[in-house]
Amino acid sequence: MHISEGVLSGPVLAGGAVISAAGLALGLKNIDYDKLPRVALLSAVFFVASLIHLPVGPSSIHLVLNGLVGLILGWAAFPALFVGLVLQAVLFQFGGLTVLGVNTATMALPAVLGYYLFAPFLRGGGKTAPVIAAFAAGFCAILFSAVLTGVSLYLSGEAFLGAAWAIVVANLPGMIIEGVVTAVAVLFLRKVKPELLGMGPYVE
Amino acid sequence: MSEAASQAQAAPRVKPAPTLDNALAMGPVGRLDPRAKLVVVFAYSLLMALAYSPVMAALGVLLGFGLVAWARLGWKVFISRLVAVNLFTAFLWLFLPWQISLGQSVWGLGLVYNPDGLALALLVTLKANAVFLALLALLGSSPVNDIFHALAHLKVPSKLVTMFLLFYRYLHVMRHEYQRLRQAMQVRGFQPGSNLRTYKTYAQLMGILLVRSLERSERVYQAMLCRGFGGTFWLLDHFSWRRADTGFCLMSGLVLIVLALLQWSGISWN
Repeated sequence: MHISEGVLSGPVLAGGAVISAAGLALGLKNIDYDKLPRVALLSAVFFVASLIHLPVGPSSIHLVLNGLVGLILGWAAFPALFVGLVLQAVLFQFGGLTVLGVNTATMALPAVLGYYLFAPFLRGGGKTAPVIAAFAAGFCAILFSAVLTGVSLYLSGEAFLGAAWAIVVANLPGMIIEGVVTAVAVLFLRKVKPELLGMGPYVE
Repeated sequence: MSEAASQAQAAPRVKPAPTLDNALAMGPVGRLDPRAKLVVVFAYSLLMALAYSPVMAALGVLLGFGLVAWARLGWKVFISRLVAVNLFTAFLWLFLPWQISLGQSVWGLGLVYNPDGLALALLVTLKANAVFLALLALLGSSPVNDIFHALAHLKVPSKLVTMFLLFYRYLHVMRHEYQRLRQAMQVRGFQPGSNLRTYKTYAQLMGILLVRSLERSERVYQAMLCRGFGGTFWLLDHFSWRRADTGFCLMSGLVLIVLALLQWSGISWN
C-alpha cells in the first residue's frame, strides 16, 4: 500500500510528514535505551514478514501485519514501521523520500489506533474476546491503511477517486487474511510469550 | 558421476534469497560521499514532488537515466526495479483516465473519458520515474550501512540511527532464522495453498520469530552493556570529503536551480 513518489500533492506530503514526525517523536520518547534493541529486532521480524507472500487463489499477497505491530508496540509502531519503509526506499527504491511521511502515517496510525481499541481485550482470561479483538485489530489495520491511502490520493486530486476506491476493494482479501494471521499469532504469543502483549509472564 | 555433480543434484530446491544490500556501483557515483548523495537526492525528490509541468518531469527522467548510466549498476537490477515501480503507475493509468458518473440508479454507473486524468497519469508516471532513477543511481550505489552512517553525520536523532543500525544488522539474522524454519517446514512436507491451514501455519511461524527476536534482543542488549553501551552508539565510519564531492554538490545545485527556475519563472508550458 505504498504510494510511490511523484503522485501526491505538496500539502498532502507536508501533512503526512508532520503527522509522522509527531508520531516518531512520541514513539521514540516511549522507547528507553534498554528497549531499543527490542524494538529494533521486532521491526526486523516485521520487515521479514513483509517479504513473505501468502497464496490467495491464483495470486498472492504479502503480509503487512501493522495490526500486530500496533498491539505489541503501541506508539513505538511509528519508528518500527518507519525504519522498514526507509530501508525499502534505500534498498528497492520503493516509495521514496518525500512520501515517507505519508506512507508511515497510513501504516502506523491504524496500528496505534488498534492498540488503544483492541489491546485491552487481549489480556482477558477467556479465549473468545482475545481472538475477536486480535482479528479485528488485523482486519481494521489494513482497512484503515487502505482508506488513509485512498484519502491521501483523493486529497491530491479528484481524478484519483476511482484509484482510491480500487485500493480499498483490492485490499479486502488482505484484511481477512491479516485478521486470521493476527488472531492466531496473538493466541500463540499469549501461550508462549505473554510479555510481548504487555501481560505478566503468568496471567492464566 | 563425479562428487560435484551429485552434490549439485542434492542441492536444496529452495533458491538462496538475494542479499539485502546494495552492490557497490562500478561507476564514479559509488565513490561519492553518501552525505553528499543523500542531500542531493533529497533536494531533487522534493523538487520533483512539487513539479507540475510534464516538460520538467521529462527532463528529470532524462537526468535520472544519465545518473543511472553514470553509476553503472548493472541491467538486471535496473530492469527489475523499474518494472516494480511502474506497476503502481500502470495501476493509475488504468483508473485515472476514467471518471465514474452516477446515473439515476446504482446500476446506471457509467465511465466517462477524462482527458485531464490522462494528462495527470502521464505527469505522475514521469515524476515517479524521475525520482526512482535518481534514488537508484545515488542511494542504490552505496551500501546500506554507509547511508545510515551518513544519516547520523547529517544530525538525524541518534536514537533513530541506533535503531536503524540494529534493525538492519539483525534483519539478516531474523531472515536467516525465517529461512531455516521455512526449510524445516518444507522438509516436513508443508505445501502453501489458499487455505486456513496455510495462514495459521504462517501465523505461528511469525509467532516463533517474534519470540526468538525478543529473546535475542535481551542477549544483544546485555552484550552491548558489556561493551560499555551508555546510550551512545559510536560510529566507526567517518567519511572523508573529497573534491569530487564538492564538485558533485555544486553541479547538482546548479541543475536543481535551473530546473526550479524553468518551472517557476512563469514560462507557460502549454
